[in-house]
Amino acid sequence: MLDSFYLSPIDGWYVIVLSILIGLEVIKNVPSVLHTPLMSGANAISGIILIGGAIQLLSTPLTEVSTLIVASLAVLIGTINVSGGFFVTNRMLSMFIKKKK
Amino acid sequence: MVGIINLVYLLSAIGFIGGIKLMAAPSSARNGNLLSAVAMILAIAATAILMVVQHHQLNNVYLLVALLLVGTIIGKGLSQSYEMTRMPELISLFNALGGLCALIIGINESFISDMAIEQSTIKIVLLLGVFLGGASFSGSIIAFYKLAGKMKTSFRSKALTFGCWFLVISLSIWHFFQPNVALSFQTLSLIIGAISLVYGVLFALPVGGADMPVLISVLNAVTGIATAISGMLFESTIMLLGGILVGSTGVLLTIQMCKAMNRSLKKVLLGQTAVVTKKGNTGEALQEIQTISTAETASILAFSKNVAIIPGFGMAVSQAQKECFELQKRLQGLGAQVKYIIHPVAGRMPGHMNVLLAEANIDYSDIVEMDEVNHNMGQFDAAIIIGANDVVNPAAETDSESVVYGMPIIKAYQAKQVIVMKRGMSAGYSGASNPLFERANCKLLFGDAKYSLHQIIEEVKMI
Repeated sequence: MLDSFYLSPIDGWYVIVLSILIGLEVIKNVPSVLHTPLMSGANAISGIILIGGAIQLLSTPLTEVSTLIVASLAVLIGTINVSGGFFVTNRMLSMFIKKKK
Repeated sequence: MVGIINLVYLLSAIGFIGGIKLMAAPSSARNGNLLSAVAMILAIAATAILMVVQHHQLNNVYLLVALLLVGTIIGKGLSQSYEMTRMPELISLFNALGGLCALIIGINESFISDMAIEQSTIKIVLLLGVFLGGASFSGSIIAFYKLAGKMKTSFRSKALTFGCWFLVISLSIWHFFQPNVALSFQTLSLIIGAISLVYGVLFALPVGGADMPVLISVLNAVTGIATAISGMLFESTIMLLGGILVGSTGVLLTIQMCKAMNRSLKKVLLGQTAVVTKKGNTGEALQEIQTISTAETASILAFSKNVAIIPGFGMAVSQAQKECFELQKRLQGLGAQVKYIIHPVAGRMPGHMNVLLAEANIDYSDIVEMDEVNHNMGQFDAAIIIGANDVVNPAAETDSESVVYGMPIIKAYQAKQVIVMKRGMSAGYSGASNPLFERANCKLLFGDAKYSLHQIIEEVKMI
């Protein structure tokens, strides 16, 4: 766990509530033309969960093999989600751009 | 050092929000996606540096970098290996991976941190993350197979669903009230992980057909929530924020999809298809319809000044996007105005039809939303409906007995001439009979959409 980055419970609630408010506000403005790229882009962002795997991977000594293997698996899967998500979103969005020529 | 790292996390948060904000317009959306990707790289790099400073496990960093590289290569390969019609499958697959990642990380964490008996809040957070991650994983895999057409079962079992809940709750109570006597936390997290996989399957199995956009949106939201919960577990603001953004996207799209279909989320998820009576099917044979040939269609279109094209999933199935574009160009060459009208649930996921049209080089400014033109459909000399049925069914407005009653539709029947391209007389997904086909201004053109469009284009060329 991140020892040095501690949120007091009330800070945490601020983050949660404000994120929801900002999130809804920003997402509401995305036109339905772009809903599929929005979803795949969001999908890529949800891959940020791989940070959890990275924290586990980097805080475990090399001797604890089983933990390392599981954490590595998580990082690998998370990375596929992140990169695949961003690449495929980019692929879709470039189709929306080239037509303007 | 930690201060700088926290600043980088803040930049990353701004990047994610700014990235989605740039998605508000098609022209800036690509930069928005790049911005989100940069924010992601920042967040991962900041985490890696922070962990190295704190734990000095330098060798593990090489491992991490190798994994990131391999994952990126696999992800890039996957992202290019699917056609645009199969985009919903690919996105479900990626969503499944996100869920699986949450499941694995949660279970691993239960083994890593020796949690004291009294740390019940953090334990509940961990178990919640494991459960949602696992359910999202197996649910998305089912969605993936259903979208690929490899699975058609719509099995539903109240008893099994109830059983899952019962097991999860009773085992958790047992653990929290009899700590470490019989059931260790590690075992509990493993068992809950296993149950979550079963639950995800039970969750996704009843949903099918035109309800898939809702299922995909819901699963997307679940992965987001699982990510946010893991953010609480790791006390990481950026994970929390990222998860919440994704969760909000999923929830908003779910609500929009349900509204556009006039179905409650509960009905969709329980797999209650609208077909309750046989009325829809038996009514079909009695309809008096007028058919039309491709040559006649071509001459009608060639002399129309204002044409609407209404594509449904049938168009995607026959891969007729490029033919649509060619017809559009031909008609525009003859001086006509051509607009595409898209219903919010057309396709297999939110916005899917727009992507398919964009792939065929159709400019998004030629695409209009249902609400923009519905009040003025009479302006169209001709409306061609390609592989759509329920979304243009006037029974939704007039027949309170019909299963589609109340669903917002494209008022195609108000156009001066309506041409419906269909493969046969089968009913739409809802099973409702469509009185549009009986109207005096409606003619049916039977056959594969791609083939028919091709014929029409050939005929138009000769005019």
